[in-house]
Amino acid sequence: MLINAKELDYSALNQKIREADGDCNISECLGQRFIGAGMSDKHIEISGIPGNAMGAYLNGAEITVNGNAQDAVGDTMNNGKIVIHGSVGDAVGYAMRGGKIYVKNNAGYRAGIHMKEYKEKKPVMVIGGRTGSFLGEYQAGGLIIILGMNKGQTPTVGNFPCTGMHGGKVFLRGDVNGITLPKQVSVRAATNEDIMEIKPYINEFCRLFGFEQEKIMSEKFTVIFPDSKNPYKQMYVQN
Amino acid sequence: MGISYIYPEFEVVRNTARCIGCRVCEKQCANGVHLFDPELGCMTADDAKCVDCQRCVALCPTRALKIIKNDCTFRENANWQADTIKEIYKQAESGGVLLSSMGNPKPLPVYWDKILINASQVTNPPIDPLREPMETRVFLGKKPSTIERKADGSLKTELAPQLELSMPVMFSAMSYGSISYNAHESLARAAKELGIYYNTGEGGLHEDFYCYGENTVVQIASGRFGVHEEYLSTGAAIEIKMGQGAKPGIGGHLPGTKIVGDVSRTRMIPEGSDAISPAPHHDIYSIEDLRQLVFSLKEATNYKKPIIVKVAAVHNIAAIASGIARSGADIIAIDGFRGGTGAAPTRIRDSVGIPIELALAAVDQRLRDEGIRNNVSLIAGGSIRSASDIVKAIALGADACYIATSALIALGCHLCRTCQTGKCNWGIATQRPELVKRLNPDIGSERLVNLLTAWRHEIMELMGGMGINSIEALRGNRLMLRGINLTEKELEILGISHAGE
Amino acid sequence: MYKRPPLEGEVRIPSGCAISAVISKDGNRFCGEGIIKSMIPMHDRSNGLGGGFAAYGIYPDYKEFYAFHIFYNDNSDRIQCENFLKDGFEIVKAENIPIKKIPEITNVPLIWRYFVAPLSSVLARLQIDEKEYIARTVMRINTQIGGAYVFSSGKNMGVFKAVGFPEDVGRFYRLDEYAGYMWTAHGRYPTNTPGWWGGAHPFALLDYSIVHNGEISSYDANRRYIEMFGYKCTLQTDTEVITYIADYLLRKQGLTLEETASVIAAPFWSTIDKKPEKEKKVYEFLRTVYPSLLITGPFSIILGFEGGLMALNDRLKLRSMVCAEKDNMVYIASEEAAIRAIAPNVSQVYSPAGGEPIIVKVKEGKF
Repeated sequence: MLINAKELDYSALNQKIREADGDCNISECLGQRFIGAGMSDKHIEISGIPGNAMGAYLNGAEITVNGNAQDAVGDTMNNGKIVIHGSVGDAVGYAMRGGKIYVKNNAGYRAGIHMKEYKEKKPVMVIGGRTGSFLGEYQAGGLIIILGMNKGQTPTVGNFPCTGMHGGKVFLRGDVNGITLPKQVSVRAATNEDIMEIKPYINEFCRLFGFEQEKIMSEKFTVIFPDSKNPYKQMYVQN
Repeated sequence: MGISYIYPEFEVVRNTARCIGCRVCEKQCANGVHLFDPELGCMTADDAKCVDCQRCVALCPTRALKIIKNDCTFRENANWQADTIKEIYKQAESGGVLLSSMGNPKPLPVYWDKILINASQVTNPPIDPLREPMETRVFLGKKPSTIERKADGSLKTELAPQLELSMPVMFSAMSYGSISYNAHESLARAAKELGIYYNTGEGGLHEDFYCYGENTVVQIASGRFGVHEEYLSTGAAIEIKMGQGAKPGIGGHLPGTKIVGDVSRTRMIPEGSDAISPAPHHDIYSIEDLRQLVFSLKEATNYKKPIIVKVAAVHNIAAIASGIARSGADIIAIDGFRGGTGAAPTRIRDSVGIPIELALAAVDQRLRDEGIRNNVSLIAGGSIRSASDIVKAIALGADACYIATSALIALGCHLCRTCQTGKCNWGIATQRPELVKRLNPDIGSERLVNLLTAWRHEIMELMGGMGINSIEALRGNRLMLRGINLTEKELEILGISHAGE
Repeated sequence: MYKRPPLEGEVRIPSGCAISAVISKDGNRFCGEGIIKSMIPMHDRSNGLGGGFAAYGIYPDYKEFYAFHIFYNDNSDRIQCENFLKDGFEIVKAENIPIKKIPEITNVPLIWRYFVAPLSSVLARLQIDEKEYIARTVMRINTQIGGAYVFSSGKNMGVFKAVGFPEDVGRFYRLDEYAGYMWTAHGRYPTNTPGWWGGAHPFALLDYSIVHNGEISSYDANRRYIEMFGYKCTLQTDTEVITYIADYLLRKQGLTLEETASVIAAPFWSTIDKKPEKEKKVYEFLRTVYPSLLITGPFSIILGFEGGLMALNDRLKLRSMVCAEKDNMVYIASEEAAIRAIAPNVSQVYSPAGGEPIIVKVKEGKF
């Protein structure tokens, strides 16, 4: 179904999406929030700029944005897929617990904070460019893959990545010099096994955005993972 | 031994004449205080491990045990008191942050105890609650500012979603993980029977308890544990936890040792992994972001659930509440600084936040001054201990009260304040199966129902005494209150007169 | 015992917000319609309790004069204030600011505009420079003449603000009839009823204006420090204290914009430690000299001044802010949607890092 979002507020727009029989194609979107919040079945394609908290609590639906998206994309997302043919703002994938987010270009500050996993439910976020500071803070599970393409002189991630990390993995592609990591994480060059783990997602990233897989995989990957599932155990004394 | 040696705080006193060596105390103590000495043929005790939870005392068949405060003292010093000295020893030894549980135990003013309730004499009649109708039903939620009519002139009676309570009390948030399965089951069953609500806390909702959804408030906190579409749509209301009275401004760390089995599954994090809730919601750094979260939840649940925003009582609470009332929230819950917790840094618990009485009075007044009191209902919590505390809170302006510590005490808690160890002998704040099974949910829910049934009678009696036969007429009725031993400033904030005035 | 709700300035009222700015680097002047339009997609970031705009280059015929915009409660306040102004200024023009009566904007005070120049005799007697005299005059009126409030006092620029949603405030002040080379805008979400127009934003002193989103946690440390230097924070708002800090550091202390940014959004020590020795010394110096002007807690601000602007996030970047450039026009806003509303085809949208100042200046001689 085609929906022209011009003159629609977010509540009316979401109502139209909920009522639509099948997939939705939204045009002239301009800042409407909460698109697809909690939805479980449709595919929603968006032209224009969707507002904050797009795909919050997403429960299986798929959202494609033909351009940039704003803050809090995929907030507390449970399942489904979000594909951004551009960049995203801050706090993408906050507390995400399942599903996949693919971003062609950059992500802002605080990407993937407190992502978590449980058994087969494992969220994945792939960012083609770079991210701001506080990447993966308190990460409790899932995969965050930062490819660092077209980043120029700037480092792949900003300051203070992986603070309080206690689960999951972060993959950084290419040069990681100048990136300071906290004490409670370990770092290694990606092993064959690590590479096998991310390969399907790199595949899909390339398919979605038209990149060459060989080129992406030709650079080295660095893996960051937590030392402990209990990073703050030693901090307290019983009183 | 050494310079950091701390003499045991409690002494286990055993009446050897009564002790029959049945070893019940030994079996009951998860802290390992009691031991049978086969050589001596009698029971011994390691006082240093005792937390004074009174489990052994309560179960000793011959009443042979008592726990007393140890009289071994440091030299008396009004400034450097024993606790202060011991805390320094502990930190010098470990380099650790002091960790405590339950509410602030410091001798700070309890305003409830300085507020007295009115009764009718001569000029209007008291009402006898045993014979006259006496109403305690409350609806929580946004009330419209104007009425609307249909084309035929009849009233449009659709309201924003409301919570209906048989009495103005709800069980406040305690997560599955911080308390046990059996404790949650007791609360859920009692809430259903009483026609009120219990609150999941931030640890998700166990699959067995989805059937109590109509009496459940589901919470969403910064860690977003166990939050998904089904969880949100199951609860009768959704609570966004911004803060907690026991530890305003910080998050929470449920240690990995409590993330076992069902707790891990319900929270949807691996076994043994710490459950860390960040201090802020990372999608809320400003008041307009709260609006965003409120409406994202409303969108996700199609505007069918009232949204509660829970905040700790802090200095600027009136302005904060005013902002929340304009954010689309339906209910504001304010948690005072004596509220309990399964674990909080001692310094935060004991020195951050303000009393609920002052916070509630200030918020209610500010919302009225601004004409937005009807936008929201107010829930007051943070150490509501009795029916008279509830009556006072309602008269100050609350729509309902949250209780948790009182509910745990009803379940057997003896306030030993060591929940953080996970070794609760009463089966409440623990995940060890052998301890959890000590709390029987049949008995637990019955005791909770008993407690609140008794309180409801007391509320009705107090109301009747004032000549009030419906709780609505008590709400915000501050003339029914008088202060005693309070300063001008305190009376001004509470908006009440002094006794005798 | 009814008490009227406290006014802005009597209590501290934290608030959240939306901000937006447009500037022509060529100094081309354009009307206020665009900036109003940019605020519409961000409607939900405000709550109708404050909106406002700052416009630069709008008074070319009076560019040598300070333009005072003043709210009055009633005519007696106006007469008292005008008498005070006459003592120190030549008033070349005094008029009502034109408005359009619309139902969304109520409780309208008297809104006056004056183009003034300080009397040289007064400046000679006091032996202070012109700008200092203007700043003192503004402080004096705002603290000593009850019912009068100067909300704009720069040259060739003006602030327009009211209680209402920003798009309504823009229509109310007929901003489509003004042409400026730079516009900034603000939609406010206070946690209280201000009930008073002076509490809306932008906040301005001389040609500095600030629009700001967030609630700072360092407020009283900043306020008590800045009040040592003749400023009086009458509104208890973050925006006011940030404006005074900017005026103090830029005008009185003579810091550059970049240096000012390194004071108020100073890099973390761990970041400074990694800088080359020479840069490190500068950062250390600034943090050591002005520790009480470090601003913590969430903020994104746009500081407007004659000929340009500086946009800045707090060092943790707790608020969102994006910028874009096309055809020598620069756009900055809390949300990309605000930019796309008026410039749908900008190609690159950039999110500055926390503490990274974005400085845009109009070409010399073009404003």
